[in-house]
Amino acid sequence: MTEPTPLDVDRIRKDFPILSRTVRGGRPLVYLDSGATSQKPVQVLDAERHFYEHINAAVHRGAHQLAEEATDAYESARHTISAFVGGQPEDLVFTKNATESLNLVTYSFLNATLKAARGLELPEGGEHFVLEPGDEIVITEIEHHANLVPWQELCSKTGATLRWIPLTDDGRLNLSTLDTLINERTKCVSIVHQSNILGTINDVVLIGEHAARVKSLFVVDACQSIPHMPVDVGTLGADLVAWSGHKMLGPTGIGCLWGRSEVLAAMPPFISGGSMIRKVTMEGTTFADPPQRFEAGVPMTAQAVGLAAAADYLTDLGMANVAAHEHALTGYALDGLESIPGVRIIGPRNNVERGGAISFVVDGIHAHDVGQVLDDRGVAVRVGHHCAAPVCQRYGVTATVRASFGVYNGFDDVDSLVAAVKDAKQFFGVTD
Amino acid sequence: MRLDQMYQEVILDHYKNPHGKGLVEPFDSQVHHVNPTCGDEITLRVKLSGAAGSQVVESVSFDSQGCSISQASASVLHDQVEGVSLDQAFLTLDEFSSLMKSATAEVTLDEELLGDAIAFEGVAQYPARIKCALLAWMAFKDAAVQATSAAQPAGDE
Ligand SMILES: Cc1ncc(COP(=O)(O)O)c(C=O)c1O
Repeated sequence: MTEPTPLDVDRIRKDFPILSRTVRGGRPLVYLDSGATSQKPVQVLDAERHFYEHINAAVHRGAHQLAEEATDAYESARHTISAFVGGQPEDLVFTKNATESLNLVTYSFLNATLKAARGLELPEGGEHFVLEPGDEIVITEIEHHANLVPWQELCSKTGATLRWIPLTDDGRLNLSTLDTLINERTKCVSIVHQSNILGTINDVVLIGEHAARVKSLFVVDACQSIPHMPVDVGTLGADLVAWSGHKMLGPTGIGCLWGRSEVLAAMPPFISGGSMIRKVTMEGTTFADPPQRFEAGVPMTAQAVGLAAAADYLTDLGMANVAAHEHALTGYALDGLESIPGVRIIGPRNNVERGGAISFVVDGIHAHDVGQVLDDRGVAVRVGHHCAAPVCQRYGVTATVRASFGVYNGFDDVDSLVAAVKDAKQFFGVTD
Repeated sequence: MRLDQMYQEVILDHYKNPHGKGLVEPFDSQVHHVNPTCGDEITLRVKLSGAAGSQVVESVSFDSQGCSISQASASVLHDQVEGVSLDQAFLTLDEFSSLMKSATAEVTLDEELLGDAIAFEGVAQYPARIKCALLAWMAFKDAAVQATSAAQPAGDE
């Protein structure tokens, strides 16, 4: 392995116009909320604008030149984005966001189950998606609501049982009961790669091995990993991988679901309508092969083009360099925050197998109030339960402050964060 | 500085020494409200007295978890509505709702009715915090409505 090259943060920042604006009466913006959504470089904005100015047409429809070029732009974006994660274009489905990608999976289970109950034909291999009471789905206690609520819904509709891998006190998955949790009743295991609230990086490969041993489907929510570290879908051991474009410097309105070819082929469609069909008569319809089977209607074309530009941008920086940079920032921030009396990190304290999302609470000040003072200093963080309410319950807090990093953050941003947390303590008169 | 406009001294005082905190007996109705975006919670009890049409808010008590704004707001609510007629309590609630819209709409306010609640004017400048300020008031509205319908003669349901 070659040594990572340090990121030139000053140069990178010039690519992100929004970072030069001020907030709250002239304060420079210190953006530490990339876990919620990342900012976008001009390269992404230009790609979208160029598409609309020169190419725009509805893809996979019509035979005029623009329609051909638009289809080409859309499919070549699929190439770029699948290559970015080490996959093949025909295995990449575009969705609205990671939430929709995960619902696509849970609805494949539901639709297969409903169809089987009526004796309807399923795609080849579709029986793996048929659930019965007594079947089990395994998730973890650390999931974002997007990888929790859809499974709860699925279980309540099918009679399957939802089980979860618990958390340890220091914010890691407790894998000691994995052997019994994942068993021959397990039909699907779905886990987050990197936690959006605690920053924990989970041992996806190990959990995937357990899933494979019992022939369970294995789904990975890679929303917080693909934007921040090198991820190769082929070596994760996953059958399906979901993520969002907007957290990886791309536009909102586009998400991805990568799947192994035979797994996607076995899934019945989720949203139906135009573009996803093979043959339609008044009596019935047959469906296209993946990925088209899962892309009903006119897709988000400019967003796909923008996301491809984002993937190119990250590739140019080098994902190993991005990961090394964010790792260094995380270590520096953990040290800085922990040096403040009364600050408690919620999640792993040691900077090992942990990414750049740091949740913390300040004794005597509610997270909202901390966030308000930070906001007043121009420091944008997220406060609340971060769509992972059970994690807050697990650690006995109603809300946390979360700082999360992106390629454009430097050590000076961490200094601003630490200084603003000290200001918050002073403002609310919390003494050490 | 804008922060000081939001966290006025009155608000911080109510936050540090809340009035009406701790659930009391007896009560006519109890409600539990949460702010789904941040997880703040309040349990609030209301006791009414007097004949239908001229009821008085005999007591308002609460137990809650949350930020300074939501805590202080519950305390101020207690001060403004406990011991007044139900009609006045609802008028005060309307005034407080208007106050929360004052950043984007032209409103005329009855400062008499609002009392300390006028200190929340700065909060109205921060859309993300308006829900914090409203949490206790919306819980009160819910509880008061339940208490009045509970007091209706049977057969009215
Ligand atoms: C780990 C994780 N999973 C899923 C999601 C859902 O992503 P989206 O809201 O883009 O659908 C998020 C977003 O916050 C996330 O962090």
